[in-house]
Amino acid sequence: MNSISLNADLAAISRLVVEGAMLIYTFAFLTFAYHLSQLASVKKSVRAGATKLQRIGIVLLAIAATVHGVGVVLRGIAASRVPWANMYEFSITGSFVVVLIFLTALAIKDIRLIATFVSGFSLLILGTADTIFYIEVKSLMPALQSYWLVIHVMVAVLATSFFNIAAALSIAYLFKTAKWVKASKLKVVDLMRRILALFPTEDKLERLSYRFNIIGFILWTFTLIAGAIWAERAWHRYWGWDTKEVWTFIIWTIYAGYLHANATRGWNGKRSAWLAVVGFVAILFNFTVVNLFFKGLHVYSGLK
Amino acid sequence: MPSSQPSNEDVIQPAIGLKGWLRWTWRQLTSMRTALILLLLLAAAAVPGSVFPQRSADPNGVTAYFDANPTLAPILDKIQMFDVYTSAWFSAIYILLFASLIGCVLPRTAAHARALRLPPVATPKNLKRMPAFKAVAVTGIKNQDELLAKAETLLKKQGYRVAREGEGSTGSVSAERGYLRETGNLIFHLSLIGVLIAVGVGGGMSYSGQRVLVEGESFVNNLAGYDSFSPGTFFNENQLVPFSVQLDKFEVDFYRDLTLKNKANAGTPTDFRAYVTTTMGSTGKKSAGLIRVNEPLSMPRANLYLTGNGYAPSITIRDAKGVVVYSGATAFLPQDKNYTSLGVIKVTDVPKQYGIISFFYPTVGELPSGALTSLYPDAAIPMLSMNIYQGDLGINGGQPKNVFALDVKNMKQIAGGKSGVKGLRLQLGETAVLPKNLGTVTFDGLRRFASLDVDYNPGGVWVLAFALLALAGVTTSLLVPRRRVWVRKTEAGFEMAALARGDDPALEKVVADLAAQLTPNKSKAKKVAKPATTDQPKETDE
Ligand code: HEM
Repeated sequence: MNSISLNADLAAISRLVVEGAMLIYTFAFLTFAYHLSQLASVKKSVRAGATKLQRIGIVLLAIAATVHGVGVVLRGIAASRVPWANMYEFSITGSFVVVLIFLTALAIKDIRLIATFVSGFSLLILGTADTIFYIEVKSLMPALQSYWLVIHVMVAVLATSFFNIAAALSIAYLFKTAKWVKASKLKVVDLMRRILALFPTEDKLERLSYRFNIIGFILWTFTLIAGAIWAERAWHRYWGWDTKEVWTFIIWTIYAGYLHANATRGWNGKRSAWLAVVGFVAILFNFTVVNLFFKGLHVYSGLK
Repeated sequence: MPSSQPSNEDVIQPAIGLKGWLRWTWRQLTSMRTALILLLLLAAAAVPGSVFPQRSADPNGVTAYFDANPTLAPILDKIQMFDVYTSAWFSAIYILLFASLIGCVLPRTAAHARALRLPPVATPKNLKRMPAFKAVAVTGIKNQDELLAKAETLLKKQGYRVAREGEGSTGSVSAERGYLRETGNLIFHLSLIGVLIAVGVGGGMSYSGQRVLVEGESFVNNLAGYDSFSPGTFFNENQLVPFSVQLDKFEVDFYRDLTLKNKANAGTPTDFRAYVTTTMGSTGKKSAGLIRVNEPLSMPRANLYLTGNGYAPSITIRDAKGVVVYSGATAFLPQDKNYTSLGVIKVTDVPKQYGIISFFYPTVGELPSGALTSLYPDAAIPMLSMNIYQGDLGINGGQPKNVFALDVKNMKQIAGGKSGVKGLRLQLGETAVLPKNLGTVTFDGLRRFASLDVDYNPGGVWVLAFALLALAGVTTSLLVPRRRVWVRKTEAGFEMAALARGDDPALEKVVADLAAQLTPNKSKAKKVAKPATTDQPKETDE
């Protein structure tokens, strides 16, 4: 309807706020990275001072997330709808949810040591969103005007965030168990080894990753079903092997394989950790390459 | 496996060798590792379908690919790269996967049904070896059995199935919970079979028909009523319920920004509305309906979807004597987001056939090169341009030709291009003179058209039902913990242990809580032993 009001000025403010959040994320990231390097120090006195740094980093991360959240909400108000209808919006909302879930999970599980990864990754997504994906607020094309946009996409964002954290844990696991890390005499690797020694045990990393992945898998299964219901409404069939549907299926199947691997002798441990990483790479691929370069209905060229 | 190696005895009794071999194959097929590898293969096999255009989803893309890669395309076609999801290799993988699934899940279902009727397993001799273990010394228990009875009640309350073994000082309680975990897992896997069957059967009984309707036109729901129609394998024509649909009016909203601040958004469509009147063939009952994107119209055994729209200029052509040789509103295909549209008019009722390739510009503007373009999708300054070709239209050959294309190979251009005669340009209401004394053409009016898709798939609700069942099953299976708990009377008090299936972060806590509840007076309880294995989760800070 023509009554939809788009507020370009507010959108510009939202962008500034998000850029402000990026600045604070940068500080948080540097603090965490510095913290890790301090922890790995051979001197005991240096290590003792590091805990404080970590606390500062968490506070910075929380502030960054708050500012980030404000930016996301403003974007939604500027567009007078949910702020996840295009790649830019999906990126800023998604990275916000990742940080939010990470901060929430901190209250339950001690996974502070992947804070460097989480803050760095969110910063990377925001940077890409701001420089490559940015577009002005636009009204929704009719195909997207559905409450399924709210449900389907929100759950996909949530699932992605859980997979993201799980992937971080699996990567840490893979480094920790890697033979070359254990054996190498290189100085850099030695530093890395000392940092990794501070991470939870291999066993624990594996289990934590599994916890996040099972939540991610349940949410992804829902995303898949919700997508099919929406496709039945919007594209007159519930499944048509559209490129985006194909990749949703591929990702689901990889994670089903991951869950099986966990229960299969000879496949748990490293191989299943690799599957968790491959699954997440497929998610990133789906969001970037498939969105930008593959032809399909999700770019919606049918109705103009 | 020995039976996989044929020996002399196998030659004498080939039946056993074959049977053994079959059993071995079956055991391999239904192993967890095979399932895992088939799942990963399926994921990998799905990838090419997103790289190459698929006939089912994008037939034009396939044609274009053949044109662009004339040597490679036929090779790819041989290995079914344009029909990945119905290809022999993709089908082979999922058929094997589902065979494995059935072979794996049916025996497990039977085993689980048996387990549900059996009491929990006997208490193991050595509880210390369990991942969570605790021994508690209690003094002054009057009745030995009282404690076990209490343990029994407590565990029952927490949803455990409980069995009591022995009496007095050697008595124990064995408890198990979380049978739902296995139930959920089985429901999940069985539902996947349901999904597959519903997809297959539903797809076979489905149909999909397309029809372009200009405002004012109507069509009847039978095979002749559609421009194109694709039935499933089991479809029969009687499935089509007789009704007709008339498109009364088609409306579009475009985003208008009078401040012109948001240029990128100006002209984006924000709503499409097709107002229709439907008439039931059996009763003649008429009713009004509205079809929008995301809001199909439900008819008996048919859903009507809006899949496209555009302009249909009304054009009348008269010959030199003033006799009407062509008249009507013709759908023009939109070419860009401002609805620059392409249409083809074939004039056959004349001594020398001719065709017109025409562009329609809803809001006409001129590019620096002099070429026309459309500046805005709404019809503010509508204009038609026409190039005319004379010659064989290819219609008399009996070959059905695409109504949106004109094959000009055997035709001579007589207006526009390099023909020496300027192409025609008409504004709404104008009449222009055709070259070669062919008569006149008038742009009388402007209507819109809607492309409708009529679809029916009775399998859809079943697919959804099984998919939701699978979701419920997998959620239960992944989140419900399954564990066994044992309590045994000892000389000094009692000992207890717990064992979980899979990862269970609460295992230690379960034992600790139970110990606390069983101890009459907390101060008297004293931990005498630590868990035998310490690899169970215990959240610690760094
Ligand atoms: C279409 C193919 C299949 C899919 C998509 C699939 C998916 C899954 C998923 C998502 C899980 C984890 C959730 C749960 O435990 O319920 C799982 C677990 C399981 N699947 Fe499958 N599966 C398939 C085929 C099979 C086959 C063929 C077998 C038998 C060889 C099998 C045996 C199992 C078992 C035993 C578990 C439980 C593992 C555990 O204890 O954690 N599945 N499957």
